[in-house]
Amino acid sequence: MSADPTQVLAFETDCHIFDGCGFPAPGLHSFLFEPIFGDADSSVYFNKTMLLALLGSVIILGFFWAAFRKPKMVPGKLQMVAEAGYDFVRRGIVYETLGKKEGEKYVPFMVATFFFVWMMNLWSIIPVAQFPVTSVIAYPAGLALVIYVMWMSVTFKRHGFVGGLKNLTGYDKSLGGILPLVMLIEFFSNVLVRPFTHAVRLFANMFAGHTLLLLFTIASWYLLNGIGIAYAGVSFVMVIVMTAFELFIQAVQAYVFVLLACSFLQGAVAEHH
Amino acid sequence: MNPLVQIAAEVENPLIPPIPELVIGLIAFVIVFGFLAKKLLPNINKVLDERREAIEGGIEKAEAAQTEAQSVLEQYKAQLAEARHEAARLRQEALEQGTALKEELRAEGQRQREEIIAAGHAQIEADRKAASQALRQDVGKLATDLAGKLVGESLEDAARQSRTIDRFLSELEEKAEAAR
Repeated sequence: MSADPTQVLAFETDCHIFDGCGFPAPGLHSFLFEPIFGDADSSVYFNKTMLLALLGSVIILGFFWAAFRKPKMVPGKLQMVAEAGYDFVRRGIVYETLGKKEGEKYVPFMVATFFFVWMMNLWSIIPVAQFPVTSVIAYPAGLALVIYVMWMSVTFKRHGFVGGLKNLTGYDKSLGGILPLVMLIEFFSNVLVRPFTHAVRLFANMFAGHTLLLLFTIASWYLLNGIGIAYAGVSFVMVIVMTAFELFIQAVQAYVFVLLACSFLQGAVAEHH
Repeated sequence: MNPLVQIAAEVENPLIPPIPELVIGLIAFVIVFGFLAKKLLPNINKVLDERREAIEGGIEKAEAAQTEAQSVLEQYKAQLAEARHEAARLRQEALEQGTALKEELRAEGQRQREEIIAAGHAQIEADRKAASQALRQDVGKLATDLAGKLVGESLEDAARQSRTIDRFLSELEEKAEAAR
């Protein structure tokens, strides 16, 4: 596995229809990158997704640094935009689910999570980068893990060990005979499945979105031969449409990710029912 | 065939996160979170609080101004009412004083008129008395003169003369009194 620059793209660039060349469909291999340096086998390497992740952090910080470094009473345009974003997460997500009193201390975390996820998603349609970092399971999994640990610690800190277990298993005496079954299902759903679905929901959306974009982009190129050119035009229109759609989905997925994190915490801070 | 396609074929489940990416992802997130939580969000929160206070302060100021304006208005109204009351009181007083003065003047006039009338009456009485005295003497003299001529005798004795005449006149007066 050499870092041959001609092999960075995951499909043959000189392959067109009617050339006796099969359609180079996108697949799992589209989400793998040769390390920029290091060795993929040794687990000490640096690749495109890592570069984009770190670059994304720098961009987020650069934006907020420019907006909030010297904030003014009467905000400028940049500060106003940043304030709107901050306020959206604070009021629109955190206060809405956790309330002002409980939610206040989670606001910085949720703001960071929202903009981090959104930025990582946005890479999908930023020219040259054009790869959603969150479509590599490691990134959403890391965030989901942090949120899971936070959620669990809040649950057990708030209710104690037994109370925490009751909170997680939906313990309710009035259920009577089916209580053990409910507790089993709830435990399974909350403790085991939730963090998994939390991460996979974001991962799968970005994975699918990127695959669709790749499909139409590759097709636009692949079809550029003979009569295929007409179809290439249709395919290219789809690229534009899907790019716009992805722009929407990226924001929605970032929102959903943070909203779910808040609703987990809300369950943890809720009183016994 | 593309080497990446080959890797994909032999690669493990895409749902198993590669550790280096996981670590870098967490580092990238912690950087963002750290800066936002420690520096940038406290910055903006301070300004947001200040702004809210400024807006609330402005509202309070406006309320204070309004309250003051209200109190000044009431003061003016009270003063105006007082002035009106004072004017009415002065008018009433003037009216009363005028009436009293008129009353006094009228009484004075009445008194003077009565004095003048009384003085006139006294004068008339005095004149009448003087006239009656003079008349009595003249009548006495005329009567004695006439009587002297008639009897040829001078009735010079003034004392007698006077007594007789007085008696006569008194009789006349008595008769006049009786006839009345």
